[in-house]
Amino acid sequence: MTSPSSVSKSMTMGEAGLMSAFAVLAFVCFLGAAMGHDSAFSFHAALACSASLSAVVMIGNRYLDRPAALPAAEIGGRPNYYLGPIKFASAMAMFWGIAGFTVGLIIAMQLAWPALNFDLPWTTFGRLRPLHTSAVIFAFGGNVLIASSFYVVQKTCRTRLAGDLAPWFVVVGYNFFILIAGTGYLQGVTQSKEYAEPEWYADLWLTIVWVTYLFVFLMTLVKRKEPHIFVANWFYLAFIITIAVLHLGNNPALPVSFLGSKSYIVWGGVQDAMFQWWYGHNAVGFFLTAGFLAIMYYFIPKRAERPVYSYRLSIIHFWALIFLYIWAGPHHLHYTALPDWAQTLGMTFSIMLWMPSWGGMINGLMTLSGAWDKLRTDPVLRMMVVSVAFYGMSTFEGPMMAIKVVNSLSHYTDWTIGHVHSGALGWVGFVSFGALYCLIPWLWNRQLYSLKLVNWHFWISTIGIVLYISAMWVSGILQGLMWRAYTSLGFLEYSFIESVEAMHPFYIIRAAGGALFLIGALIMAVNLWMTVNAGKANETKGAGAVQPAE
Amino acid sequence: MSEHNEIDHVSGRSTTGHEWDGIKELNTPLPRWWVLTFYATIVWAIGYWVVYPAWPLVSGYTSGLFQYSTRASVATDLADLEKLRGQKMAVLGSASLADIEKEPALLALARARGKTVFADNCAPCHGSGGAGAKGYPNLNDDDWLWGGSLDQIMQTIQFGARSGHAKTHEGQMLAFGRDGVLKKDEIVTVANYVRSLSGLSTAPKFDAAAGKKIFTENCTSCHGDNGKGNQELGAPNLADRIWLYGSDEETLVETITNGRAGVMPAWVGRLDPLTVKALAVYVHSLGGGR
Repeated sequence: MTSPSSVSKSMTMGEAGLMSAFAVLAFVCFLGAAMGHDSAFSFHAALACSASLSAVVMIGNRYLDRPAALPAAEIGGRPNYYLGPIKFASAMAMFWGIAGFTVGLIIAMQLAWPALNFDLPWTTFGRLRPLHTSAVIFAFGGNVLIASSFYVVQKTCRTRLAGDLAPWFVVVGYNFFILIAGTGYLQGVTQSKEYAEPEWYADLWLTIVWVTYLFVFLMTLVKRKEPHIFVANWFYLAFIITIAVLHLGNNPALPVSFLGSKSYIVWGGVQDAMFQWWYGHNAVGFFLTAGFLAIMYYFIPKRAERPVYSYRLSIIHFWALIFLYIWAGPHHLHYTALPDWAQTLGMTFSIMLWMPSWGGMINGLMTLSGAWDKLRTDPVLRMMVVSVAFYGMSTFEGPMMAIKVVNSLSHYTDWTIGHVHSGALGWVGFVSFGALYCLIPWLWNRQLYSLKLVNWHFWISTIGIVLYISAMWVSGILQGLMWRAYTSLGFLEYSFIESVEAMHPFYIIRAAGGALFLIGALIMAVNLWMTVNAGKANETKGAGAVQPAE
Repeated sequence: MSEHNEIDHVSGRSTTGHEWDGIKELNTPLPRWWVLTFYATIVWAIGYWVVYPAWPLVSGYTSGLFQYSTRASVATDLADLEKLRGQKMAVLGSASLADIEKEPALLALARARGKTVFADNCAPCHGSGGAGAKGYPNLNDDDWLWGGSLDQIMQTIQFGARSGHAKTHEGQMLAFGRDGVLKKDEIVTVANYVRSLSGLSTAPKFDAAAGKKIFTENCTSCHGDNGKGNQELGAPNLADRIWLYGSDEETLVETITNGRAGVMPAWVGRLDPLTVKALAVYVHSLGGGR
């Protein structure tokens, strides 16, 4: 007898284990909330306590609602892809994107009109700035990476994502980390390390989530049905592993109390600075580059329906990129207490990194050969191709700015901000938008609501980026020149405050550019919302029912 | 997954034979210019390592052909700057304030030095043009709290006002209301009287005689019989239409009720004597120096 009713339903190890772990965590966090030394810590503990309790209830409900057997890995010989966590992460990406761009616009306007901080501690530039950077890099970018990596690894390995609860744990746990980080910044909780601001308890939580992410990704690769691993997955894996190493290297800290939010980093002095920029630069290299190159390697060939330009180039530039990137951090510390030899290595490795970076650009752009005409008709593809162009531009600008004499002009000026944003808005932003425009219709099995709106998004945001980066180029170079100008008598020509006054018009142009970029993203959010909620169902190719038989 | 290498009809190249979710890869060789440029950057890097400090060793590091060091280069830059500023700075150091004013070259040098120092140290309170703000004196006019001669300005810069330094300017506006010396209506009356000193309009029911009486009994010891002030005490001239905190009745009532004691820090010890001297000359030359 094998009737379904005879299969007795029982909890998996994962369900039982996670429910107990969250129950214990809820209790610990309850104690933390009650005994915390500062209000921010108690608030976070209370948040974690209620989130843990919700997790227990949700896992329990999910168990009660599910059939006795877990979802099959294959149905009718085709992989039964696991899409739920991907849908969640891509929706969160859109949400955090809008939030992060909005905060970016607010702080851009604060720089032009300082009164806009309203003299409230929560809305000062110092607190909103990490909120902006974390929201766009880790919340928006991170969710795009997790969503796309879970999608791409399944499709290119022709197998269902490993784990049952684990992928959900990764996407929800990651977003909970974002929530803790962001609400912390607003209350002034920070360990004051750029791009690594979250305090020790948030770091510990992220470690657990990230290691789970690594396992889910690796186990999916292990059970793949394809003999070879697709290039996008090399990049995703390099990104996941390296981010884990960077996070652990940069963040070891001693909490003042296990019941308080403040901790001290174990590294000190110039070693701390070196760890920070080894981390900071490779957050750019592996989070914002390797991860998004993975997106490029899947979504551009897929959308253009053309083969990847060069398999050999992908191998060579992959290994060269990950080998060279890891050395480049010291170029953030030119002309500081960092020893000269370390500055030299940082600079020379940055120069050698130029071609490996461009290898990615060549592979992305040349994949279009034979399909360039699609750029006229497909704004989604156009967005991704322009993103690769921005990638090429900023990976030329980066090595150039790493040269010490150039850096002596550009360092600490708005030029750096402009450089970062040509990479962030142009490359990371546009390739993510392109991926989401592909992914959302695929996930919900809908047709994209409006290509016309994508076109509007593309042009408005492109103009915004151009305004942003050209304003910062001019302002940055002006700033650098003003700071170094000497009079014939041997005194500084300009005071610092005069250079600040000179920035004002460029800050306004920059804010205008940021506003356009945000408007573009809002158009996108509407378009994707309509796709999911009012889009036409996608008719799969070869369904054939409407085609007359011949 | 198909394992046969097919020929791509657009490029004429074969694929690698693999296919993932419909994506194939071409067997295109590495672009030649890409490889050559990559090699060139590597060669350049190796050359740079030979010339400059580059690789850490067990103790020390490879110091490069010319023993370059950033510290030495900063020292050279500073020495060059000294050379540029030259002997003139030494002359400035030994010259008296009066000599500097007389000698145009020295004056230009002192003003140039003073301008940069002013912008970095004084502008936060006095404004980048020295125009001041509420509570922070305008340095462009000829109205001086503690005196506008070169020596007096230098004295004020060195030791500040109510700065806590032993030689600082003391003396402050007393809190006549808070300390119970004057009643509220008396304060309003004397505030109007003070406005009348510089010809400003007064309240309709203002009793000028009563105002004058209160002023004479309480204010003249510092501000003088005619309200013209006293620079020995830092007591402002009340008859010149220049106001440190404001001339409206409300502000004057606040000033008389709670007193005023704004602080100017002492700069002696923070700025070297030569710099203070240059600063004094610069401030003196802003327009109102006596």
